[in-house]
Amino acid sequence: MIAIIDYGAGNLRSVAKAITKLGYQVEITSDPNKVLEADIVILPGVGAAGDTMDSLQKLELVEPIKRVIKEAKPFFGICLGLQVLLTSTEESGGYECFNLIPGIVRLLPPNLKVPEMGWNQLKQKISHPIFEGIPDMSNFYFVHSYYVDPADKSVVAGETDYGVNFCSMIIKDNMVATQFHPEKSGETGLKLLSNFLKLNTNSK
Amino acid sequence: MLTKRIIPCLDVTGGRVVKGVSFVQLRDAGDPVDLAALYDQEGADELVFLDITASSDARQIMIDVVERVSNEVFIPFTVGGGLRNVEDMRQILEAGADKVSLNTAAVFTPEIIAEGAAKFGNQCIVVAIDAKRIEGEIQVVKEGPYDIDKDSRWEIYTHGGRKPTGIDAVKWAKEIVRLGSGEILLTSMDCDGHQDGYDLELTRAISEAVNVPVIASGGAGKFEHFYDAVVEGKADAVLAASLFHYGTYSIGQVKDYLSSKGIPIRNIGKG
Repeated sequence: MIAIIDYGAGNLRSVAKAITKLGYQVEITSDPNKVLEADIVILPGVGAAGDTMDSLQKLELVEPIKRVIKEAKPFFGICLGLQVLLTSTEESGGYECFNLIPGIVRLLPPNLKVPEMGWNQLKQKISHPIFEGIPDMSNFYFVHSYYVDPADKSVVAGETDYGVNFCSMIIKDNMVATQFHPEKSGETGLKLLSNFLKLNTNSK
Repeated sequence: MLTKRIIPCLDVTGGRVVKGVSFVQLRDAGDPVDLAALYDQEGADELVFLDITASSDARQIMIDVVERVSNEVFIPFTVGGGLRNVEDMRQILEAGADKVSLNTAAVFTPEIIAEGAAKFGNQCIVVAIDAKRIEGEIQVVKEGPYDIDKDSRWEIYTHGGRKPTGIDAVKWAKEIVRLGSGEILLTSMDCDGHQDGYDLELTRAISEAVNVPVIASGGAGKFEHFYDAVVEGKADAVLAASLFHYGTYSIGQVKDYLSSKGIPIRNIGKG
């Protein structure tokens, strides 16, 4: 079962619709037990990091999410679903996050418009089957004011240039997470999601 | 590098797409889902749907349209028209829209901008400004913080461009961003429907006044108009309706032109 974690994030239905379009069944859930039982876990996100951490805590979802990641279940984080994996964020006056990937979530530089909103290129930093059929420097859709700055650069799977060259995609063990929204990145985004799901459903 | 967005706008009434010239003379032309899918294939970077009927009994029809579009089209889209409160916004966003666009209600009850931003995030809240050049001598009627003064050049209108407000467009733009608007959809009422180009001065004045993206709207008729809007007008995105709608130009042709002029554009088809 593919679980999409529901903590009130605005984009979870878009994520569910994209995965349904790819021919998979999904379950939208805020039940910690369902998250623990899932074969694949997807954490969407849009909005403010502080609210997201508060909601996840209130729903008692923080420990189950940490556990499925530690158990090496396939995990896909989107936007805030990427940011909360780091140690802490500068957003919402400073917030502790999951600390699964050591590093800080920082505000975009002030010389450009914030949020970054629109299509920008993903520079692939590693060779990985998740990029199959996706040319380097393909455009994906971004909406964000903060970016992740992981301490260990070996987790950086892709980078994007917006005044600063920031990490826009992380791959670490079973974890894949993107700053951009694959569910809103047209055919290219659907291809990335499809590759992730194929890689993780064939190997079972 | 962030690319400049090309956004077709679909005016919807009774579940069908229409487009008027200077907000009157509507012509029926198409199913919103089919058109959205077509624009997506042609390389549209985003879509905007404006519900121009916007009576409360039409709301459910629009929610169905939003639901159907989001099942088939996987690029971002904004929905506006007659949204009055957080509950209206929630229904549209839950049906699958990425952003909501507020106009008249934002002018009369600006607090809904802040409420929407707090609830759904600034990135969901687009505020639409319909601005018109002030002709002749300026009549300063009242002394509110955003009201037109002797130096004002554009006044904002509500109710689909029918009612003047006495509010200065640049001051209002700064205020809506302060309240939590994540993007501005800026329509020049002088230029809309005439296909003589965007109001570059207005677009630039607003874009330079705020730190959020500005979508220029109203007046596209030639390739050069799009170029001028992003270069001279400093727009982050350009919106057009009839030009694409009636097939004068395709989105692909506009993108090819801009790309040949060195404007960063998302290539069509292959990412």
